[in-house]
Amino acid sequence: MRRVSDIADLEKAREEILRGRDPDAPMVAVCCGTGCVACGGVKVVDAFREELESRGLSSKVTLLATGCHGFCERGPLVVVRPAGILYQQTKPSDVAEIIETSIEGDGIVERLLYVDLSTGERIQREEDVPFYRHQKRLVLDRNGIIDPTSIDDYVATGGYASLAKALGSMTPDGVVGEVKKSGLRGRGGAGFPTGLKWELCRKSPGETRYLICNADEGDPGAYMDRSILEGNPHSVLEGMLIGGYALGAREGFIYVREEYPLAVSHFSKALTAAEEAGLLGEDILGTDFSFSVTISRGAGAFVCGEETALMASIEGREGRPRPRPPYPAESGLWGCPTNINNVETWANVPRIVEKGGKWYASLGTDQSKGTKIFSLVGKVVNTGLIEVPMGMSLRDIVFKIGGGVPGGKAFKAVQSGGPSGGCIPESLIDLPVDFEALAEAGAIMGSGGLIVMDEDTCMVDVARYFVNFLQEESCGKCTPCREGIKRMGEILTDIVEARGKAGDIERLEQLAYVIREASLCGLGKTAPNPVLTTIRYFRDEYESHVLHKRCPAKVCKAMIVYRVVADRCTGCQRCVKACPVDAISGPRSQPHNVDLEKCIKCGACYEVCKFDAIAGDAIYIE
Amino acid sequence: MITFKMDRRKLKVDEEVSILEAARDAGVYIPTLCHHPALEPTGACRLCIVELERNGRKSHVASCVTPVEEGIVVRTDTPAVRDIRRTLLDLLIARCPDVGILRKLAEPLGIKESAFSPENEICFLCGICVRACREIVGVEAIGFAQRGIESRVLPPFERPSSRCIGCGTCTTVCPARTFDLAKVDAVVALHGEGEDNRVRRCIVCEEHYS
Ligand SMILES: Cc1cc2nc3c(=O)[nH]c(=O)nc-3n(C[C@H](O)[C@H](O)[C@H](O)COP(=O)(O)O)c2cc1C
Ligand code: SF4
Ligand code: SF4
Ligand code: SF4
Ligand code: FES
Ligand code: FES
Repeated sequence: MRRVSDIADLEKAREEILRGRDPDAPMVAVCCGTGCVACGGVKVVDAFREELESRGLSSKVTLLATGCHGFCERGPLVVVRPAGILYQQTKPSDVAEIIETSIEGDGIVERLLYVDLSTGERIQREEDVPFYRHQKRLVLDRNGIIDPTSIDDYVATGGYASLAKALGSMTPDGVVGEVKKSGLRGRGGAGFPTGLKWELCRKSPGETRYLICNADEGDPGAYMDRSILEGNPHSVLEGMLIGGYALGAREGFIYVREEYPLAVSHFSKALTAAEEAGLLGEDILGTDFSFSVTISRGAGAFVCGEETALMASIEGREGRPRPRPPYPAESGLWGCPTNINNVETWANVPRIVEKGGKWYASLGTDQSKGTKIFSLVGKVVNTGLIEVPMGMSLRDIVFKIGGGVPGGKAFKAVQSGGPSGGCIPESLIDLPVDFEALAEAGAIMGSGGLIVMDEDTCMVDVARYFVNFLQEESCGKCTPCREGIKRMGEILTDIVEARGKAGDIERLEQLAYVIREASLCGLGKTAPNPVLTTIRYFRDEYESHVLHKRCPAKVCKAMIVYRVVADRCTGCQRCVKACPVDAISGPRSQPHNVDLEKCIKCGACYEVCKFDAIAGDAIYIE
Repeated sequence: MITFKMDRRKLKVDEEVSILEAARDAGVYIPTLCHHPALEPTGACRLCIVELERNGRKSHVASCVTPVEEGIVVRTDTPAVRDIRRTLLDLLIARCPDVGILRKLAEPLGIKESAFSPENEICFLCGICVRACREIVGVEAIGFAQRGIESRVLPPFERPSSRCIGCGTCTTVCPARTFDLAKVDAVVALHGEGEDNRVRRCIVCEEHYS
């Protein structure tokens, strides 16, 4: 894109870009997000490039390598426009057929279509696939339709018009007011009202102010921030620019997780392109507003996502949280007023300026406005990244978008909010997902992780798993978090390893209370959530482990006894061969025996026994 | 001046004073471990927890790092506060069973033995030595290494620190002191086991060791 000289010139530049493009030209969008690249997305793009070339179609067909579309599980994804046909799990060898059938012709490659498992129907258009149909995309909307490394694509789809609008026709206070009106709340976890945060920072005395974009995204399994940065980096930058103008800041930082090379690469390309276009740097769009952004690479610890630890890390100190007050808005980076927001929060800002706070506030629920991106994973048919209006019910998310639990298993719970989130049981499946309802249920929105669990999940084991993660990630500064989580972990390990004692559940509750009340930062304050919610909703499972040494979900190995059910065993000897420790013996054609002394409970015999298919289970689990 | 209530008493103190400082001036007892009057507060041990009521909303805060505010109500000795302190000391005593100051703090709360399986640490990571070295001596020869339960006070990169001037400040201020400064080996308690972390002769006075 050429350099833009002033506010009005941006619209002219946009028209120039559009004039050079044929809106009806066929287009192939291949997902090259991290998920699709992992299963060969780049090879598919290369194949398209070669194939289009050899057919002399390069100039007639636009080939796009896009960011994540969200349905990574089905990748590499290819969308053929204008018809909007979605091909999933494509391979380079499919490319010639796709071009022949859907670009040169107007047919469909049936075998690459998505099949709705519940109806058996093949679905042609992307927007009709249930995974997409029930979503509402404000932030991810451009992820599948632009090349994230092309500022032209962003500007052509209306990008930077919000910045121009703010600079040209709104006062800084006006922008803050609009964000306040929108009801936007921080997407980084705590849900603090963004407009209020901006106002506090703006009113803080001081010459220099800083902005930070928090892209540390430490929750395992969460990748919404990565996908935004990879798929539409300019939207985050535009949000920060608008924030810089509104708050009177000239300098911003983006703190990106070390493990996100593609996100860093796309964002730095965006910085260069924006600077060349006159949208970043000195005298932006010919006004006296100047702004620069520095990329800061994360130190790799979960706790570095906590704002005070993050700022310490940017300043080059140990990434350990410090007490607040003072809040970053009063004294942040190098003691100056600082405003820190999450990637998704920033990406919402251009939308709010474009369409107005009132419009934004019309989406969502009473207290939680707009949309939220969730990563839907676990025991669910369609996994991936989804964006839905706040307040959609868990049922709709899990069953309509997620397609329910696979393998005919029963739904048991959803863990919401990452490792320090909470487990929401089936009885609350109609819960509208927003900040308030989740908190009331003992969970949190967190960064938006949703892990679906089925009947084969042991809730005590789940609690132990998350507590172990948090124990590893505690920074070790304060007593309750460092020592308390460790002791919770010990008790939970005892319980799942059949050493639980009467009173353990109460001891867990006591520790949880102290850790929540007394910890210094959010990590410790929320760390008890997985324990407290599993006790609250699945106390009977805890009691069964502690008092009867039984794991109802048959997960905790220490409580499983493998033995042969004599009248079902045909003496086929498969299990004898499978057992790694020779614990099973018995003559051919006669019922075998498990030597419980030798048995290491690996479950190999249970897996190989053929007669569970016919006569239930020849090897019986108690 | 700021007026607020502490345990039914009305107090009038300067701005920028922490709840803990206000309590100490008024003769109200709040146990502390990581607080040192000459150092920046850090809020690590959490023993100084109190109940804070602000605009009708109650929460628990660490008094050493929470400034007083107009109209707040502070309660330093509620059953919940005692309960939290008791659990914190229980956890600390399990970590460091032989450290005298923990025993002394635990006594009034009625803790004799910890409910958790004992470990054998001396350092309870209050960070006073680290802050003293940074803020008073001004050399930053020691800091925290690793994280979580593995946290340790160590010289940078766990190597003998060329920055250390051997002033002995860290050992003097350590509240866990179960050692005698004259006994060189005792300082292993501070900087960890191993040849590398041995103390050395002070290059300033040539006498003390650190
Ligand atoms: C242990 C811990 C980890 C956190 N990790 C992140 C993170 O990875 N990304 C993020 O945006 N916020 C994270 N936060 C929240 C930040 O401290 C901060 O509240 C947030 O960046 C503010 O932005 P928002 O108002 O837009 O949500 C974390 C908080 C805690 C306590
Ligand atoms: S709560 Fe945990 S992570 Fe936070 S400061 Fe304390 S020890 Fe560190
Ligand atoms: S002896 Fe060394 S480590 Fe200890 S306070 Fe002095 S300079 Fe710092
Ligand atoms: S060595 Fe002593 S002063 Fe330093 S952190 Fe440990 S207990 Fe505190
Ligand atoms: S990476 Fe392709 S859909 Fe997510
Ligand atoms: S004395 Fe306040 S936290 Fe240690």
